[in-house]
Amino acid sequence: MSFLAIEHLTKSYGSNQVVQRFDLDVKAGEFVTFLGPSGCGKTTTLRMIAGFETATSGAIRIAGRDVTHLPPNARDVGMVFQNYALFPNMTAAGNVAFGLKVAKKRAADIKARVAEMLDLVKLPGLADRYPYQMSGGQQQRVALARALATSPKLLLLDEPLSALDAKVRVALRDELKALQRDLGITTVFVTHDQEEALSMSDRIVVMSEGRIEQLGTPFEIYNRPRTRFVASFIGTLNIIEAKVVDARAGAIRIGGQDARVGRQVSVADGADCTVALRPEAVSLQDPGDGCNRIGGTIQDVSFLGAVVRIKVGVGQARIMLDRFNSPGLPPPSPGERVTLHFSPDDLVPLDAA
Amino acid sequence: MKRPRFGAWLAFAVGVAYFAIPLIGTVEFSLRIRRGTYSLDAYGNVLSDPAFWNTFGFSASAAVATIVAGTLLVVPTAYWIRLRLPGLRPYVEFITLMPLIIPAIVLVFGYLRLYNSSSWLPMTGAPWSTDVLMVAGYVVLALPYLYRAVDTGMRSIDVRSLTEAAESLGAARSTILFRVIFPNVRTAVLSGAFLTFAIVIGEFTLASLLDRPAFGPYLQLVGANRAYEPSALAFIAFAVTWACMGLIQLFARDPAARSVKV
Repeated sequence: MSFLAIEHLTKSYGSNQVVQRFDLDVKAGEFVTFLGPSGCGKTTTLRMIAGFETATSGAIRIAGRDVTHLPPNARDVGMVFQNYALFPNMTAAGNVAFGLKVAKKRAADIKARVAEMLDLVKLPGLADRYPYQMSGGQQQRVALARALATSPKLLLLDEPLSALDAKVRVALRDELKALQRDLGITTVFVTHDQEEALSMSDRIVVMSEGRIEQLGTPFEIYNRPRTRFVASFIGTLNIIEAKVVDARAGAIRIGGQDARVGRQVSVADGADCTVALRPEAVSLQDPGDGCNRIGGTIQDVSFLGAVVRIKVGVGQARIMLDRFNSPGLPPPSPGERVTLHFSPDDLVPLDAA
Repeated sequence: MKRPRFGAWLAFAVGVAYFAIPLIGTVEFSLRIRRGTYSLDAYGNVLSDPAFWNTFGFSASAAVATIVAGTLLVVPTAYWIRLRLPGLRPYVEFITLMPLIIPAIVLVFGYLRLYNSSSWLPMTGAPWSTDVLMVAGYVVLALPYLYRAVDTGMRSIDVRSLTEAAESLGAARSTILFRVIFPNVRTAVLSGAFLTFAIVIGEFTLASLLDRPAFGPYLQLVGANRAYEPSALAFIAFAVTWACMGLIQLFARDPAARSVKV
């Protein structure tokens, strides 16, 4: 039984459809991320769940209750915004207490709950600070405490980490995820940052131009991207043009050399197709039987510290590969002939874009 | 570096002289009610005149009423326009500027035609309803200042996301307006309020034509009948204005900023 159910959700501004037939079921306690470039409709979808935008058609149900036409203040969702949106005239404690006061809780209960929430976000000493006296990270923690204080059914996070600097972002990311897991609160997170999406989510919804491109676990999305868009949006990837020799057997030619794909190719024999290959799946050493072997010439070597990224020309194609840096093994130099090894399973045929 | 500095000081000196000399002249004249010696008698005459206190009290009450009515009109309007109807902003700005273009005399003649004692709504029939009419007129006169101040105040806070944050916490519109929006534009409302106060205290046209015992007509009456007292009154009016400015400065400081714990 899904906790948050979204059915055929559509949003149009005039003739411009920004969200097209969005369907999603989120289980209770799940952490789902909407990932996509700006303008892909992820924030609009989140705002429809929150009630700030009205759906053109479709339905949204939270815990079995149809909320599609309810105002935001009747939906029982907590929201955290990119720009914190703390009330500047209230202290941290005042901000956290706001929702409880609106709900007309008893003063003693409010006080206890506020202290509990500030403890939860690790800011017990800052109850009397005003928003402008706090750092961005602290403000966003207060905003999180404020959103959670009323024990909402659903937590919505609209790029909550985007305005923070890199170090705070990573620390808060891990904390946010831990907190979400401990509280078991169903969460929808919106981001354009694939690293955030991959590291925090139970499932990721990759969106582009108002449509869902792919829905799956981070592992699935990263290793088995279904479309060219998903493949190129998530992580670094080799996109290789190849020619199909035998679709049923998964035989293709890359730069004039034979290779095998671990799955069937849905393109006719003799046609062009596109395959994706993660740089970390390619090796210069021979791992043994069953792998593809393709010869090429090293064109470029970039030393990135922990990894060495090597670009190899194979006919017209160019394949990037990552190798861990090892002090005993100096990076190869451009012009060298090398053989690339990779498993047929790592070659992912992509649907035509 | 010497020359531009000299020029700047010259400009400053000219500016100061432009404002200060007439004022000093006025004060000096107001002290000369007795032949051959300076005295504060003119001020004494003004301050001991019960009409001064009555009219000043009347105008001050009218100013407070104007501020309350104007704020209750302008803050929700500016809020709603920022939040939901941004397309109407230029029109509302234009409308609020109208009182600067259309003189008060036109406004009051319109009122007298519409609301005279033989009209469908005889507002001028009784003193209290005339007062209501006058305050309504003052709200119109104060609109350009009040609306601009409040709108600027709203620009400095993110009205939309504060509203959305409050909404998602379960707050209703009135709660958002009075607990979130009002406190955050308090400074702007106050500066608009003190400008309003200064306008209403010295206002003559509306009060005079509606025949209300306000401070403006009293100033005119004294000016027409006495020699030294008008100068004293003018200086007192200046002092009141300055006090208003001082109050703006005082209240404009954020209470949050004052309670900083270091």
